Amino acid sequence: MKRGSVAVVGAAETTEMGKIPSLSTIGLHADAALNAMADAGLSPSDIDGVATAGISPTDLAHYLGITPTYADGTAVGGCSFMLHVRHAAAAINEGLCTTVLITHGESGRSGVGVGRRGANATSLSSQFEAPYGPMGPPTLFTLPWTRYAHEYGASTVDLANVAVTQRAWAAHNPRAKFRDPITVDDVLNAKMIADPFTMLLCCLVTDGGGALILTSADRAKDFPQKPAYILGTGESVETPMVSQMADFTSSSAFTVSGAKAFAEAEIAHGDVDHLMIYDAFAHLPIFGLEDLGFVGKGEAPAFIADGHTAMGGSLPMNTNGGGLSYMHSGMYGMYALQESVRQIRGIAPAQVDGVEIAVSHGVGGMFGASGTIIFGASA
Amino acid sequence: MTADNAKATTSRRMPMPTPETQHFWDGTLEGELRLQRCDDCAHTYFPPRPFCPKCASRSVQIAVASGRATLHACVINHRPGPGFDEPHSIAVVELEEGPRMMSNIVDCEQTHDALPLDMPLEVTFEQLSDTIALPLFKPATSTEVAS
Repeated sequence: MKRGSVAVVGAAETTEMGKIPSLSTIGLHADAALNAMADAGLSPSDIDGVATAGISPTDLAHYLGITPTYADGTAVGGCSFMLHVRHAAAAINEGLCTTVLITHGESGRSGVGVGRRGANATSLSSQFEAPYGPMGPPTLFTLPWTRYAHEYGASTVDLANVAVTQRAWAAHNPRAKFRDPITVDDVLNAKMIADPFTMLLCCLVTDGGGALILTSADRAKDFPQKPAYILGTGESVETPMVSQMADFTSSSAFTVSGAKAFAEAEIAHGDVDHLMIYDAFAHLPIFGLEDLGFVGKGEAPAFIADGHTAMGGSLPMNTNGGGLSYMHSGMYGMYALQESVRQIRGIAPAQVDGVEIAVSHGVGGMFGASGTIIFGASA
Repeated sequence: MTADNAKATTSRRMPMPTPETQHFWDGTLEGELRLQRCDDCAHTYFPPRPFCPKCASRSVQIAVASGRATLHACVINHRPGPGFDEPHSIAVVELEEGPRMMSNIVDCEQTHDALPLDMPLEVTFEQLSDTIALPLFKPATSTEVAS
């Protein structure tokens, strides 16, 4: 995309977060969408582009009364919303539409209005992974970490440092699910899920949603909120089977997506003031810091242990508390984007001083897909 | 057949072969781990597909693996699931021929101490039904390696 040509002019999460038994999946999408439209001072008739994952863009448009000229149903897991932002920016630049609404809603905890998930028994993962007894992401997404730890001499304490650091950020966020401080020992002694991953190294399961509204940079300055300009974008996919990752210590989807976004944005890593890395599990920020190029291979555990990603550090990361402590409805990428926009606007609960450039990096599936968005306070 | 699985109160999720994977499941019934090799670029690959994922050639043939592998990655799943009541390994093994595949490591303690990465392994097969035998791996024994 053209650097700085499109901006986020509306951004909001669902009115409540955590446990929301009063709303179904599509209700959460709509609640977030209505909040984002109010944030931008828009109504459904002003929206001519829709994008979503989890439900179809047809569901979304009809429910909200939108007649779009652009619809994107890209669904590659939790980072789908990063890809929606990227595609929307291209679509706006190409003149396919002027104002795109991107929504997420998921009744991850309460399961209201959630359709039955039908696994395709003939898929390659059903044939060649499922028979071995994996119980969802905690038993699959975690596998690469064991290779990483073996190659680089890392330990479970390195994972625990991620969880402890992010809990400290969550303490500043009134909407965070978990806010009480934790220690490395608390993490190591928590209930074992998939050894070496304890419960506190795995993300939450909550209800919630979020929505973004994008338009051209030319129009953005006329909106009530400070625009968050899109400076760079990236995306890639690798494999639907974690067992088939080419390199268990590095995600190809991360490196391809990240490099593309940084090249588009024409920035160096030292220019980044704030960073979000989708943390479905505690090793994700470690892989992300390295695969995005902020540190060298094997260096992220020490970088985190030294406090660089904590409050007052050189690279504040996952400042909402992350999927480990803030919330995780299932597709967390939307919440990473929301926090990046808040930090650019200067209104985050744990606001970092003077954020000019914010990077939001997402994962989909089990290292299967990735999307990276770089925001700027100016175009 | 492992003691752990004999105790399980539920059954494993069963794979459902497709035309493109049938040769693999036919092989496991006969005690063979069947990979595929490209006639044009000699790339050996898994999972099955009727063309080479490296050069896209449709000229490929079955290549029976030695069954020797090393442990590439492993977690111990503590959540009961289909076919498993007790903590058990979920592993990725690297075959001698190069490809990696998911499996369980059986015939040893299901702990990280008993399952160090890079340990040598060899394939074994568990008959799940009349039509499906599942490849599993166990610690290599020097006498059994040369098959």
